[in-house]
Amino acid sequence: SFPKQDLSLPNGTPVDTSSPASSSSLLNRLQLDDDLDGETRDLFVTVDDPKKHVCTMETYITYRVTTKTTRAEFDLPEYSVRRRYQDFDWLRNKLEESQPTHLIPPLPEKFVVKGVVDRFSEEFVETRRKALDKFLKRITDHPVLSFNEHFNVFLTAKDLNAYKKQGMALLSKMGESVKYVTGGYKLRSRPLEFAAIGEYLDTFSLKLGTIDRIAQRIIKEQLEYLVELREYGPVYSTWGGLEVELSEPLEGVSACIGNCCTALEELSEDMTEDFLPVLREYILYSESMKNVLKKRDQVQAEYEAKLEAVALKKEDRPKVPTDVEKCQDRVECFNADLKADMERWQNNKRQDFRQLLMGMADKNIQYYEKCLTAWESIIPLLQDKPETK
Amino acid sequence: MEDCLAKKMEITVSEAEKRTGRNAMNMQETYTAYLIETRAVESQNEGQCSPVDSLWRRYSEFELLRNYLLVTYPHIVVPPLPEKRADFVWHKLSADNMDPDFVERRRIGLENFLLRVASHPVLCQDKIFYSFLTQEGGWKEMVNETGFQLKADSRLKALNATFRVKNPDKRFTELKHYSDELQSVISHLLRVRARVADRLYGVYKVHGNYGRVFSEWSAIEKEMGDGLQSAGHHMDVYAASIDDILEEEEHYADQLKEYLFYAEALRAVCRKHELMQYDLEMAAQDLTSKKQQCEELATGTMRTFSLKGMTSKLFGQETPEQREAKIKVLEEQIQEGEEQLKSKNLEGRDFVKSAWADIERFKEQKNHDLKEALISYAVMQISMCKKGIQVWTNAKECFSKM
Repeated sequence: SFPKQDLSLPNGTPVDTSSPASSSSLLNRLQLDDDLDGETRDLFVTVDDPKKHVCTMETYITYRVTTKTTRAEFDLPEYSVRRRYQDFDWLRNKLEESQPTHLIPPLPEKFVVKGVVDRFSEEFVETRRKALDKFLKRITDHPVLSFNEHFNVFLTAKDLNAYKKQGMALLSKMGESVKYVTGGYKLRSRPLEFAAIGEYLDTFSLKLGTIDRIAQRIIKEQLEYLVELREYGPVYSTWGGLEVELSEPLEGVSACIGNCCTALEELSEDMTEDFLPVLREYILYSESMKNVLKKRDQVQAEYEAKLEAVALKKEDRPKVPTDVEKCQDRVECFNADLKADMERWQNNKRQDFRQLLMGMADKNIQYYEKCLTAWESIIPLLQDKPETK
Repeated sequence: MEDCLAKKMEITVSEAEKRTGRNAMNMQETYTAYLIETRAVESQNEGQCSPVDSLWRRYSEFELLRNYLLVTYPHIVVPPLPEKRADFVWHKLSADNMDPDFVERRRIGLENFLLRVASHPVLCQDKIFYSFLTQEGGWKEMVNETGFQLKADSRLKALNATFRVKNPDKRFTELKHYSDELQSVISHLLRVRARVADRLYGVYKVHGNYGRVFSEWSAIEKEMGDGLQSAGHHMDVYAASIDDILEEEEHYADQLKEYLFYAEALRAVCRKHELMQYDLEMAAQDLTSKKQQCEELATGTMRTFSLKGMTSKLFGQETPEQREAKIKVLEEQIQEGEEQLKSKNLEGRDFVKSAWADIERFKEQKNHDLKEALISYAVMQISMCKKGIQVWTNAKECFSKM
């Protein structure tokens, strides 16, 4: 049997224990994993339909967030709300605060250099939409995060801003710091398995950074190649204008090169819009994960410090070391949550990269297939014998 | 129609060798010598192969041969030599004349030149050409003895000098214009093609970096590792494949270059015709003025102003004897002039006839060759696309196993 555990979240907030997912016990987590592994999905979230809003103070984009669910935590089976980027940002911050032992998915970058990137261009908005959709889907797939109340409100509230203000007011009343900070405890040494995770993340983000640079370089080279091709094709056409018998073949070659230009343009666009953003997402993911590791270190450090302090006061009657026990719980919960999340993350990462890289290969195959079709189609044109004069 | 030499004789430029020697100023120089091998083509019934004859020639000797042909057959579009110096190079290709790739492509170009001449219905019958292929020693002297340099019109060298022809032959004017345009467009094409090759090289080579980073990444992965590693290998293959692709494309560029230089040869024929026409018109003009002078002297009238005439008027008339003498001289000159004009006219008509025949032959050859070149270029592109599809399909399969 399990010892009675203090089923409060590490930041001290009391929790409704009727919902199985609110408990941070390992057993419950495993059960939930089993459920979500299969087909018993009961929550579906989509981000689509970006719309531009022009107001006196500012111009911004909102996205439609659609929810379909059979979960008891939701009053209705369907919801449709409009959210803007800063709402997503708010949600992420809230999740980090309220679920500090879990890995929170990353958001696409907040700031874009004005003038360099057009924040309202179709490509930019679409790239962002995909990233925001992925963000919510990752939360939806998470057995703990998907039950978070802030997430619920985000998906359902008509007026999110009212809720946001309410939250702020409540906290200032309570006078409690929102951030989960354990105060300057320093960990002597990270346990092996978490050190390994840390090292892995370091190398992983390093390699992704390299791949990002290579991909950017390739796109750059492709665009420069495209510039030359755009001059090359028309010269054949000019030549065709000089000739009589060779006119058609030369025009054919010119048109063919033109088709290859279009195909190349499409390839570069695809890589820019689909490939690079996902790489960057994972780099951000790694960064936030490393921060979670650090938080875990702090929790452990606090526990070890308090434990040491108790050990030094052995002669006193044994204090009910609820404080130390609480710390121990926190460490164990954190470690369990983190390990579970890491496993889930590794699995998702593998699938994401498998899909991403297969997609990259696919796009290149399609590019070459388009060019192949173009060149094969002009062979008969080139071989065509004119009528003997 | 006599069979051209190419049908009777197998000609190859089979080797190239670096040599050192002393030049005309007794300074040491390095040059490349090319081995020309010839063998009589046997009829199909004979089982034996005839022996191979061979001799060495350097580029300057080829140039001498071509200059001789240019002067001796001004109405023929003389096949061009491969370029003297590497031009239209993209960065990886060396512009160095001693570079082995350049030498190899030049060897092929020289062989092509000899085959072109040997298959030309007129040029193949030339004795100097035959000796070039078969007689190692004393060939240079033989060529110089023909005195062709004296026949060469120095005016042909002044490419852009204009000669005001009063009645230009429209066909030749159009053809000259065409050859100028052709030179311009092929030059442009070759320049851009070189830049395209350069950029394409860059695209392929950067992909090689994926190979290294995938390998490094695979080291920290468990399940993903193998897939990444093997995909990386395919990226290396992809990056390496561009070298052969572009090497093959150089042959296409060489085919274009041949016609770039052919355009020059075409222009030379037009130019020659222009000069002939000019000379003809000048001769006719000269004859007309002499006839006029003669008439004036005979009738005592002066229709055209001349200083002599004026001075004789001022300082007294000539004696009748003097006048007679002058008339006689002029009459002789007029007769000479008329004969010359007749032969020039004949020459001109012959030139036009034979030049135009060769130009028609050249046009057909050009259309055929360039079509073949475009087809082979398309085939190269198709091959490159297929290789690309193959590599990325292999990589995709590796990724799918991640």
